[in-house]
Amino acid sequence: MENGALITTESLTKQYPVGRGKFTALQNIDLSVDTGEFVGLVGPSGSGKTTLLNLIGALDFPSEGRAIVIGRDTRELSHREAADLRNHHLGFIFQTYNLLPVYSVYENVEFPLLLLKKSAAERRQAVMEALDWVGLTDKAKSRPSQLSGGESQRVAVARAMVKKPEIVLADEPTANLDAANSHNILKTMVDLNRELKTTFVFATHDSKVIRYLRRKVTLNDGRVVGDEEQVPDPESN
Amino acid sequence: MVEWSGMRNRCPTRRAIEMLIFRLALRNILGAGLRTWLNVFVLSAAFVMIIWVQGMVEGMNRTVMRAKIDTELGGGQYWYGDYDPYDPLTYEDSHGPLTESLADLVRGGEATPVLMTTGAIYPQGRVQAVVLSGIDPGQTILRLPSERLAGDGGYGVPAMIGAEMAKETGLMVGDYVTVRWRDVNGTFDADEARIEHIVSLSVPGVDRGLLWLPLGELRRMLQVPGEASVVVAAQGLDEVPPGGGGWTWRDLDYLLKDIKDLVKFKSQSSYIIYGLMLFMALLAVFDTQVLAIWRRRREIGTLIALGMDRFTVIGLFTVEGAMHGLLALVVGAAYGIPLLAWSMATGMAVPEMMSDMGMPVPQVLYPVYGVRLVLGTTLLVMISVTVVSSLPASRIAKLKPTDALRGKTR
Repeated sequence: MENGALITTESLTKQYPVGRGKFTALQNIDLSVDTGEFVGLVGPSGSGKTTLLNLIGALDFPSEGRAIVIGRDTRELSHREAADLRNHHLGFIFQTYNLLPVYSVYENVEFPLLLLKKSAAERRQAVMEALDWVGLTDKAKSRPSQLSGGESQRVAVARAMVKKPEIVLADEPTANLDAANSHNILKTMVDLNRELKTTFVFATHDSKVIRYLRRKVTLNDGRVVGDEEQVPDPESN
Repeated sequence: MVEWSGMRNRCPTRRAIEMLIFRLALRNILGAGLRTWLNVFVLSAAFVMIIWVQGMVEGMNRTVMRAKIDTELGGGQYWYGDYDPYDPLTYEDSHGPLTESLADLVRGGEATPVLMTTGAIYPQGRVQAVVLSGIDPGQTILRLPSERLAGDGGYGVPAMIGAEMAKETGLMVGDYVTVRWRDVNGTFDADEARIEHIVSLSVPGVDRGLLWLPLGELRRMLQVPGEASVVVAAQGLDEVPPGGGGWTWRDLDYLLKDIKDLVKFKSQSSYIIYGLMLFMALLAVFDTQVLAIWRRRREIGTLIALGMDRFTVIGLFTVEGAMHGLLALVVGAAYGIPLLAWSMATGMAVPEMMSDMGMPVPQVLYPVYGVRLVLGTTLLVMISVTVVSSLPASRIAKLKPTDALRGKTR
């Protein structure tokens, strides 16, 4: 593990049983992500982006090699410890928003703080602050079914950010959004990354997202085929 | 880098997690709308029906026992010799004079002698075996209108039968019927009995094959002056004299044992209905849980991704299922309490076809809802619902969060 790295993977391999054989989704991935990075795992469908994101998020465990996240080897974590890691240090943003349908916007954003046993006053302040970041304070009482796709994803961003995690893992966050909404969401993320020093790791093949990245890790057939720094250029076509 | 140490100290306590689960579960099942209320209604209907049916059975048992006590057993009985109420062959020889202490009890109005023997009557030319029961017309120990046996000195021996017996024999008040018996010397004799009264008992059936006659008349007919087969003690006597002189004391526990055993046996069938209703209601909960887990697998994945461990998620779904039971209790209480109270006050007329279920059945059933029945059923429903809810929920433990997030189940 490199000094100061928030995420390190060493010879990370993930295989799935398929019939009598095995399908290798990731093979020997060596990667290091430092605090405050705005990095994207890019590549075509089936290249292993989501699998790598899931391994970093301790939602899945490697077949070989290891993923060290916030100083912990995810292989050594029990289910409960993995839940603690996600609870305290990780935020997730999904392509399909995954908002809890019976809760209001406020309650959806509040949910991670309930798990963290924050007091009501702390929760209220943090939720309103998060909704303010994404510009949805006026929608606090709305239900997810009353929101547009862009608004739903902004709620998901607020939910991921409300506990101010060290890392946010975003899986195709703009795949269901139009260009304007994608731009808004990404701009919000860039601002939060800059303001809170939160590390963002994207899995995406959306060119709109790629233009915002400061580092692009390219995957193909489960292998890293490129890892380059880049200057974000959101305005380019 | 954030230090991992100390993370443990910041973990939510068990109580906080329990509160969170409770809050989320309540929100989830209320948010499910009609689906929840349909389940709750089915469960509450089963809950109310179980209590109602069991209350009916309990009410029937108590009414039958009360009727037996009031019309036959009193507060206990002294039996003479080999007297056995279930063996009429013992009646002829099981009668004897009262001891002094029993006679004192009778004189004090705390007991009444009854003489029993077997005989036959000939209603409409048919022969029917009967038990002739001689009771004192002036007695007040048994709740029978025995004063109707006092007679007016007219023709025939005054007699009284029950409504069920009247129906079986076609006898009516004022009818004469030939009675045949065998006296103490073994000589057959016969006389005409005049039906003075047809008594309507709350429990038809206890009067079957029974012909009440005045005690003095039966003693005369059998040629056993001053003798009795049974001495029935008043209810609630603090102290009863011991037997002796051929008399044996039988308390209510002894006297009711057979009917209690019969009631217990008959109650088994009510448990089948109990089980069936509970099964149907639990099936609805189980089905809802399976459907919920299938429909909400992406939500399950999200909860896990947000930091909820899978056992807490299982707890959440189990509590959601159990809450159906809790809501069913509230809803069931809202319409069940007035309904059950009404049925307790008005009773339910038992159809004639059900008047013989192998044991006497009251004409009107008044259900009895004991604390044990209500609390026991409540507890059983809650435990069953929780167990049934936890079965599908336990599958979450095998669900991979990554599959759940993609809406996949295995």
